[in-house]
Amino acid sequence: MNIHEYQAKQVLKAFGAPVANGVPIFSADEAEAAAKQLPGPLWVVKSQIHAGGRGKGKFKELGPDAKGGVRLAFSIDEVKAHAAEMLGNTLVTAQTGDAGKVVNRLYIEDGADIESELYLSILVDRTVGRPAFVVSTEGGMDIEAVAEETPEKIVTLPIDPDTGVTEADATKLCDALKLEGDARADGMTLFPILYTAFVEKDMALLEVNPLIVMKDGHLRVLDAKVSFDGNALFRHDDIMELRDKTEEDAKEIEASKYDLAYVALDGDIGCMVNGAGLAMATMDIIKLYGAEPANFLDVGGGASKEKVTAAFKIITSDPNVKGILVNIFGGIMRCDVIAEGVVAAVKDVGLKVPLVVRLEGTNVEQGKKIINESGLNVIAADDLDDAAQKIVKAVKGGA
Amino acid sequence: MSILVNKDTKVIVQGLTGKTGTFHTEQALEYYGTKMVAGVHPKKGGETWSSGLDSAAELPIFATVGEAKEATGADASVIYVPPAGAGAAIIEAIDAEVPFIVCITEGIPVADMVKVKRRLEKSNSRLLGPNCPGVLTPEECKIGIMPGSIFKKGSVGVVSRSGTLTYEAVFQTSNAGLGQTTAVGIGGDPVKGTEFIDILEMFLADDETQSIIMIGEIGGSAEEEAAQFLKDEAKKGRSKPMAGFIAGRTAPPGRTMGHAGAVISGGKGGAEDKIEAMESAGIKVSPSPAKLGETLLEVLKG
Repeated sequence: MNIHEYQAKQVLKAFGAPVANGVPIFSADEAEAAAKQLPGPLWVVKSQIHAGGRGKGKFKELGPDAKGGVRLAFSIDEVKAHAAEMLGNTLVTAQTGDAGKVVNRLYIEDGADIESELYLSILVDRTVGRPAFVVSTEGGMDIEAVAEETPEKIVTLPIDPDTGVTEADATKLCDALKLEGDARADGMTLFPILYTAFVEKDMALLEVNPLIVMKDGHLRVLDAKVSFDGNALFRHDDIMELRDKTEEDAKEIEASKYDLAYVALDGDIGCMVNGAGLAMATMDIIKLYGAEPANFLDVGGGASKEKVTAAFKIITSDPNVKGILVNIFGGIMRCDVIAEGVVAAVKDVGLKVPLVVRLEGTNVEQGKKIINESGLNVIAADDLDDAAQKIVKAVKGGA
Repeated sequence: MSILVNKDTKVIVQGLTGKTGTFHTEQALEYYGTKMVAGVHPKKGGETWSSGLDSAAELPIFATVGEAKEATGADASVIYVPPAGAGAAIIEAIDAEVPFIVCITEGIPVADMVKVKRRLEKSNSRLLGPNCPGVLTPEECKIGIMPGSIFKKGSVGVVSRSGTLTYEAVFQTSNAGLGQTTAVGIGGDPVKGTEFIDILEMFLADDETQSIIMIGEIGGSAEEEAAQFLKDEAKKGRSKPMAGFIAGRTAPPGRTMGHAGAVISGGKGGAEDKIEAMESAGIKVSPSPAKLGETLLEVLKG
């Protein structure tokens, strides 16, 4: 789960990380009061959307010469003007796709005098199975570009979960970031703080880009991007409250209610599959036969009839879907449960597009029997190859 | 021969008394009499688990893994405990020095697996999974949730990050008349107990395994590391014919595709890099998940 920058900073601040003072606002009317809470003479007005590249992003509704999604203001009037122009408009950045994202929240922040910009992130390094710091002196830039062009400027340091960040670890990070004086002293305390926040809140990613050294020599978290391990949210009610559903796809929200793994895509063949690997492979084989998948959907191992029905309804709610492929290889999942769910869903919502069903594995005979005896207009498939060809043909043939 | 499990493997079940544990334990007992020897439940020690099978098979339940292992001499434990408690269940099995632990549970917090991984490093136990379908040696032993009916005793070693794609590979190699020595699902989580390299090493060392199917997916670099391992072993004269598949060619970057570990992040973990690495190690990578058996037959014909 992702959260906004201002929320991420509030979480980090609670652990003692140095962040600027700031106020989130939801309407332009709040801009003046927000700016007055800060000392000035420099304010930063930052779009709050779940995507990076905001500074270089452009608002769809404003001209190409208009300023981007992160703006400096030198007076309270300027803060108000920016807020009025930015709120409610659509910001398109390198990460949002062409559709962009509507800016519903702004963060008004105290400006900082920047001496230098650094990069820092923490994530679980899967090769060693431990959280690791990734740091670079090349902050404020796209870290992927740094990794591509100057990989030697990126330092990775895995942390032993038994000890946490040791003094030796913190020293290594200070050295890698070439920190001196006050900034070095700040770093020695900041790195353990960030690690603690990462572990205690079950973060999947904590990225500070940039981490800045200010003109007064101290460190500050200038931008923060935090995402959480979805599997650990059950033990963090406080984090769950930070969820902003307006940032998520409506079908994905519906799917998450039923604990279904669903990702909306751009194609026209809806898929319902058990198992993430097979679900991806089903998308791949649809593409291989010349069509595009409308979604990724893994109904999971222990799906009930109700869950299967919900999944089917979510797929059919997508107006782009011109055909549906159900592909089940039962292990935990029993084919008869899938078959019952599909039959119930079709009876409930109707079936306006071709449906190909391929069943294999646990209780396959019972599953096939339920489908065959349902009287529904279902195209049966013998194997995955057959299923993919049949659904692509049904959709393309009807177009 | 086979790898990891055979007809003598004695298995205890953590989470036996739940619906999932019961169903799959019944299936295992039915599968060539896999030696399921006991269940573990902290509050139900001393009770007896009764299957709904015609054989009316029953298993004793112990309060701890340690007691169950002591009483039965079990070599392995399979875990069906729900995600919030599964990390602790694995650690209990490690502390009880169970040699082989298989965790089926999906959805364990990564932080819990980081703790488990650290404990494993200090122990002699092997963990398979989590978020995996388990392991099956045809006509001998089934640990986990794979459908036994699709297996056939034979010569192919199957290793995969995905459960259902493991079934595809098994089904297709059975239909191709090749059969399997052992099929192993290593699981779809980013932090796990056993990696491709561990299983590939076992398959290379196993005389009966004459060929291997390896199925990877987007996310991480385990396939690239496995490819490098295979190249290094080939230089020492150790190699077997291999076919493979990578799921997720059409997955968008930055989105987690069901499996917690299946995500292309920071421009890394994409399918094409993995396919290239595997092909450079001599693995014939099938573009279609429906042609794994066919592709392996082509490799075997030369």
